[in-house]
Amino acid sequence: MNGLRKLLAPLLALASLASAADGGGWTAAGHLSARSRHFTESARWPGQRAQPGRLSLAAVADLRWKSADGDQRASIMPVLRRDRGDQEGSLTDLREAYWARRFGVAELLLGIDTVFWGVTESLHLVDIINQTDAVADIDGETKLGQPMANLALQTGWGLVSVYLLPHFRERTFAGRDGRLRPPLAVDGDRPQYEAANGPRQADFAIRYSHYFGDVDIGLSLFRGTSREPRLLPDASATALVPHYDRITQAGLDLQLTREAWLWKLEAIVRNGHAGTFAAAVGGFEYTFYQVKDSDADLGLLLEYQHDGRGRDEPVTVGDNDVFAGLRLALNDVQDTTLLAGISYDLETSGRILNVEAERRIGEDLTLEFRARLFDAGRGDEALRAVDRDDYLELGLAWHF
Amino acid sequence: MKKPNLALFAMLPLIALQPARTAQAAADPGFEIAARSDRSDLGFGESEVSLTMVLKNAAGQESTRSLHIATLEKADESVGDKSLVQFETPRDIEGTALLSHAKILEPDDQWLYLPALKRVKRISSSNKSGPFVGSEFAFEDFTAIELNKFDYRYLRSEPCGELQCDVLLRTPRYENSGYTRQIAWIDQSDYQIRQVEFYDRRGDLLKVLDLGDYRRYANGVWRAHLLAMRNLQTGKQTELIYGDYRFAVGLSAGDFDKSRLSRLR
Repeated sequence: MNGLRKLLAPLLALASLASAADGGGWTAAGHLSARSRHFTESARWPGQRAQPGRLSLAAVADLRWKSADGDQRASIMPVLRRDRGDQEGSLTDLREAYWARRFGVAELLLGIDTVFWGVTESLHLVDIINQTDAVADIDGETKLGQPMANLALQTGWGLVSVYLLPHFRERTFAGRDGRLRPPLAVDGDRPQYEAANGPRQADFAIRYSHYFGDVDIGLSLFRGTSREPRLLPDASATALVPHYDRITQAGLDLQLTREAWLWKLEAIVRNGHAGTFAAAVGGFEYTFYQVKDSDADLGLLLEYQHDGRGRDEPVTVGDNDVFAGLRLALNDVQDTTLLAGISYDLETSGRILNVEAERRIGEDLTLEFRARLFDAGRGDEALRAVDRDDYLELGLAWHF
Repeated sequence: MKKPNLALFAMLPLIALQPARTAQAAADPGFEIAARSDRSDLGFGESEVSLTMVLKNAAGQESTRSLHIATLEKADESVGDKSLVQFETPRDIEGTALLSHAKILEPDDQWLYLPALKRVKRISSSNKSGPFVGSEFAFEDFTAIELNKFDYRYLRSEPCGELQCDVLLRTPRYENSGYTRQIAWIDQSDYQIRQVEFYDRRGDLLKVLDLGDYRRYANGVWRAHLLAMRNLQTGKQTELIYGDYRFAVGLSAGDFDKSRLSRLR
């Protein structure tokens, strides 16, 4: 760690010249992490390696600049990941690399950025700007940087944000030797596009967001290449290839916040894969504060997922599922948190159990634990592929 | 991904709030003494300050956090102040921000920004007595300094250090408080709060807050720069060490808008 500090010394010195809080300059931060994943059962599909472990090392740097007057900002966030256990798990990416400038109530951003839309916990339906780094994690929360020109207009009646997305990013998939994949591995290097220009066909999105009292609302429209591909067998039927359709998707996200209740809804209508379908996820989170006279908070989460997509459209797990979860925050010095939840398919009885826990150690280290267990129930097709891929994961990160 | 629970963090900056009158004012000098103290902190417009929070457990182990707070004072007394808290350390929550729009009678509006997911989350503000980032400060220790959130009773006058203080009993009027009563020492020369005792729901003495290093700024506003909260029941302590306040920094309502949260840095 000392060696790394030395290596980063010039950057840190640059950062300390002027911190962003004092009106401008560079700041440097980042983290190094190691994750070890252990699969509890042997692999099921041909080509998957026999070893039950997967080790992933990652470095993320976070360099930010702000002008003295605060009107301009820039960011560079390179991500480097080396993976032992999945041939497709390594990654070199720029999650952010942008320059932005404010003009009165407007801000123009040019470059690569990551954008999140939505409110629900068990599924992110509305979120569509960035491609998912699916080999990193199946929860859809790890993203790839998206090139864009973004104009955000902050008005008295809400935020209007317009996106021009000139280049498409392909989804990452587990390799043939990796776990958590369909019976046939996905060959992500041979994508097919509906768009004539392939990944160079520009996409367009617009979003309006605001709040009215205790209601927060977001309305969005996306026209472009679907981040979710259909997976089709190749000519020799030995692999699947991703087929990216042109789609139009309208989205709504809504949250009502009243005392300890959060009521949430996300809904989409999408056209372009095979026809038109609608999907929605909604529910609540209720929090008991300081349970049993302790400092801890306990939240109860319940969400229902419905998806009307047909068989010729990208596969989803959450088509008729109930998610129930617990969120525990100890509110201690180490910010210890635990989130445990189960998704249950009402038709197939397929289940996914998910546990995520996290705690800080000292000032600069964080320890993270995850467990994901899958059960296909009465032949849940989407879950059958990963039925034997239950895993436990331990991660340690050093933040600088 | 990081999901730190910052729901507890709120509102450090809302120490200066609106004066108001209650019916009891005429009967007891307690209210007037509290109101005079409150007014000495008002009229600053907008401010920025960086501070360090030092958490100590009973064994003397320390943990620190550094944060930056921007506050927009609302001249209209029927509307609360707006504040933005940004965390610089611990490193794993760097960039996390909490935006609060305080209300007088209704619950506050609060949003949290989680930089790892780039997610803006509306959060509940009904948690009054919970700890603030694992510290000995509760939410309400910051939000409830508003004058008309308490009933006051004058107890006595007595020396407090080198100064002479009026001692007031104040009882929370708002819901969900963790306290049955508080006793506050307010000095008679500068009208600043020097010490507060907090009594828990069982009526036992829970915490003592010492406020020190008071400085008067060019705009006439007083600010304490050292706050030490001791929990007498657990032996834990939290110190807040403030840097210099900066006033008239050119902040406007747009800097405290929900839509700005994901574009702060």
